[in-house]
Amino acid sequence: MRARNWELISLVPAALLVSAGFAAVYIQRANQLETVSLIYGAVFLGLCLGAHIFIRVTLPHADPFIFPLVAVLACYGLVMIYRIDGATEARVQAQWFVIGLLLFAATIVWFRDYRRLENYRYLIMTGSVVLLLLPRVPGLGVYSGGAYLAIHLPGITFQPPEFAKVGVVIFLSSYLRDHRQALASGRRILGYRIPPLKHLGPLLALWGAAMLALVVIGDIGSSLMFYGALLAIVYVATDRISFVIFGMLAFGLGSWFLATHIPHIDARIQDWLHPFNPALYSAPLGSYQLANAQFAMAAGGLFGQGFGQTLLYIPGTTNALIPFPSTDMIFSVITGDLGLFGAAGLLVTYLLFISRGFKAAMLARDSFSKLLAVGLSTVIAVQVFVIVGGVARVIPFTGVPLPFVAYGGSSILANFVLVALLLLISDRARRPLSDA
Amino acid sequence: MNRSILRLFSVVVLMFALLIVWASRWTVFSASALDHNRLNQLGFYASLKVRRGEILADNGAVLARSVKAANGTWRSVYPQGSLFAQAVGYYNPQENQIAGIEETRNRALTGLQSRQASLFGSFNGTPQVGDSVYTTLDPKGQALARKLLAGRVGAVVAIVPQTGAVKVMYSNPTYNDNNLAAPCPANVAHVGCQFNLATQGGLPPGSTFKLVVTAAALNSGKLTPNSTFAGPSPLLVDGIPLHNDGNVSYPPGTTLTTALTDSIDTIYAQVGLRVGAPTLEEYMKRFGFYSVPPMDYPAAQMRPSGEFYNGSFVPITNPNMDVGRSSIGQGDLEVTPLQMAMVVAAIANNGKLMEPRLTSRVVNSDGETVETIKPQEYDQVMRPQIAQEETQMMRHVVESGTGTLANIPGLNLVGKTGSASLGACVTGVRVNNVCPGGETYDDAWFVSFSQSDPKIAVAVELSDIPGGYGGTYAAPIAAEMIKTLLAEGQ
Repeated sequence: MRARNWELISLVPAALLVSAGFAAVYIQRANQLETVSLIYGAVFLGLCLGAHIFIRVTLPHADPFIFPLVAVLACYGLVMIYRIDGATEARVQAQWFVIGLLLFAATIVWFRDYRRLENYRYLIMTGSVVLLLLPRVPGLGVYSGGAYLAIHLPGITFQPPEFAKVGVVIFLSSYLRDHRQALASGRRILGYRIPPLKHLGPLLALWGAAMLALVVIGDIGSSLMFYGALLAIVYVATDRISFVIFGMLAFGLGSWFLATHIPHIDARIQDWLHPFNPALYSAPLGSYQLANAQFAMAAGGLFGQGFGQTLLYIPGTTNALIPFPSTDMIFSVITGDLGLFGAAGLLVTYLLFISRGFKAAMLARDSFSKLLAVGLSTVIAVQVFVIVGGVARVIPFTGVPLPFVAYGGSSILANFVLVALLLLISDRARRPLSDA
Repeated sequence: MNRSILRLFSVVVLMFALLIVWASRWTVFSASALDHNRLNQLGFYASLKVRRGEILADNGAVLARSVKAANGTWRSVYPQGSLFAQAVGYYNPQENQIAGIEETRNRALTGLQSRQASLFGSFNGTPQVGDSVYTTLDPKGQALARKLLAGRVGAVVAIVPQTGAVKVMYSNPTYNDNNLAAPCPANVAHVGCQFNLATQGGLPPGSTFKLVVTAAALNSGKLTPNSTFAGPSPLLVDGIPLHNDGNVSYPPGTTLTTALTDSIDTIYAQVGLRVGAPTLEEYMKRFGFYSVPPMDYPAAQMRPSGEFYNGSFVPITNPNMDVGRSSIGQGDLEVTPLQMAMVVAAIANNGKLMEPRLTSRVVNSDGETVETIKPQEYDQVMRPQIAQEETQMMRHVVESGTGTLANIPGLNLVGKTGSASLGACVTGVRVNNVCPGGETYDDAWFVSFSQSDPKIAVAVELSDIPGGYGGTYAAPIAAEMIKTLLAEGQ
């Protein structure tokens, strides 16, 4: 069967998911929701179909499973948001999907030959750094939970790290493609091959920048996202595990230093280690949300409490039991409602998506494409790990959006650009040589 | 490069495996620990969304019902308020308050006992509905007890001897379970507004305890109703002179039946000593002393009965106990009105003590009975024949002894009076906000049932009688209670 037909068939699960999900939420709360809210689900399905036709025309050879997997994740998110907040957030989210898909199409059209991006790599890098710094601009940035992650523009809140992550990966892929040979060579000192300083220097500078981002943004989570992508690209580019080990040690050391010197990072670590300590539990911005996320997950058990059953507010009040249920804490709501099976299903979907990204990297015929696909896939993997790991207490909690699932426009837009790039890489890689 | 990409992918797989392992930890392996975490309020919050079942009187009158509150939550209201407050209790989860039948039958009332309703309810958005609980309480009897105790500090407990069903449990003062924040009357402030004298009072039983001593004496074979004694007054008991009422002396040859009929203290002190502390101890336990009463009521709202010395219960065999004075219901004895109702119910039921019960059955929202609370035997305290002998002795009390005010024609009531000096500061209700002292206030008792129709056993206790007798104050109340309850049963 042709790739595009596979893609069409693979959209069926997403269609079923969104139909069943919206129907379930609607039936459950028919007295509070209007019939029109069902349209958001239908509109979303229409968008998926439109996107599929667009890909059919523009990228006939692209991996057939990337887009359906994204659609499943997005459906999962849209249904959860509809269940959490009702029509309001679901409508906004659906609107963001419309804009996201337009951006997706635009990316495919503009960067049909995405390798042109390399020409703008320093511009992209500068732009990314500016984006990361924007939240620190007085009057523009939003300070939340000790970190600077968002900016306020009239009408919207914008999360720059989401766009910066795509920019940084593009830059790193291009930069390391050029320097990979030099980095992999170099003189042996004490049994280790030390690359020439000329080439190592920028790498160290990148590490420094990641550390600086950590201090500036004040957020280990998004720094980890950038840093994970950096290490992944460096590793694939040079095939040298020592860089990765050195990098992890360095990041660990830097984080340890920050944890012991920046109070809010230390507080996050204490919350992670002792979420049920009554003092931390009742402290402002303490472990309350983490502890209650755990309780919700425990209540979920193997199969979940049932759709819509996880308590988000203290009954009879408007006080949140799980703060930020549609963004930071959405994974705990998913686990509470749908249990370990629902949560594992979501994680496996991510893993399948990431595996398609890696597959595109392996099939790609040039180093830039390979590195870019690896970087983009890894950044999603690390992002999922950071937020899910934070909620599930694998690591200290930091709020990064759960890609495609959590409520929020910036994340959707940036991730659709990311998916467009992956599809472009995949299309080019799978195109028969005669066409190229 | 592809080799590195594959390796990197295996790292990603490992990371995701880690996430799934951690998610399994919280959802499965550590779930029960998290569910029971002290900070976990989910169970409590879920309970707010439950429409609890009703608590009903034996005739179906509603004693507690759940009404809609804000944001899909429910709250409990008590249409009968203070009349049933002590028995029914209250459920006020916002303040984490629960008591009475609301507490003991919480599982049924929240619907945890029959799950089928809750599974269905969760999907279509209707609230989880609990089962209703029928009590054994009789609204008419309860209202009569309130009327008869008006203006008094005291308690009435009425039990069906054959089943243990509690028909009446009322004590004064009471409280309104619809308004727990109401200020506490001064005389109960030291024990709490919701103090239930019937189950929590620690009061000297006075001569009603002679029923326990008589049962021990007869059933152990040590004495018969015709055993004879001399009843001089005063008599040295434990080194201190003990006087009969009015300082009357009784000649040698006075029978045990007469001693009970006229409630002769100096004879019963000798009876108790003759029977001996170990035997008394055994019979007290058979009657339920020294245990929290086996009633479906929160243990925290009940008190055992027995010798209470230096702040704790001690056996009557303890060398510090004055067995002679204990045998006339003084010394260090402290009992609850519920315990004395159990004593008289056991005698009425041919010596077989049934566990007292406040609830009879659990009914689901479709009206089907899902659980019947069956009568439970507690102990065969004495042989049926001994119980009948003792009943005959008690008949004399009402016919010609201290309890003649209970001798309502046609009812054949039997009973025993009790008039005790309240100890310095017993566990009870303070009258006029002072610890009752023996000089000012006495404790008047009457325990009774009908010999010809022993379907109701009653204990009446009044704490605020100045120098009065159980036979004068408590006996008429007991008689009227029995008369009304028996008439209702026909």
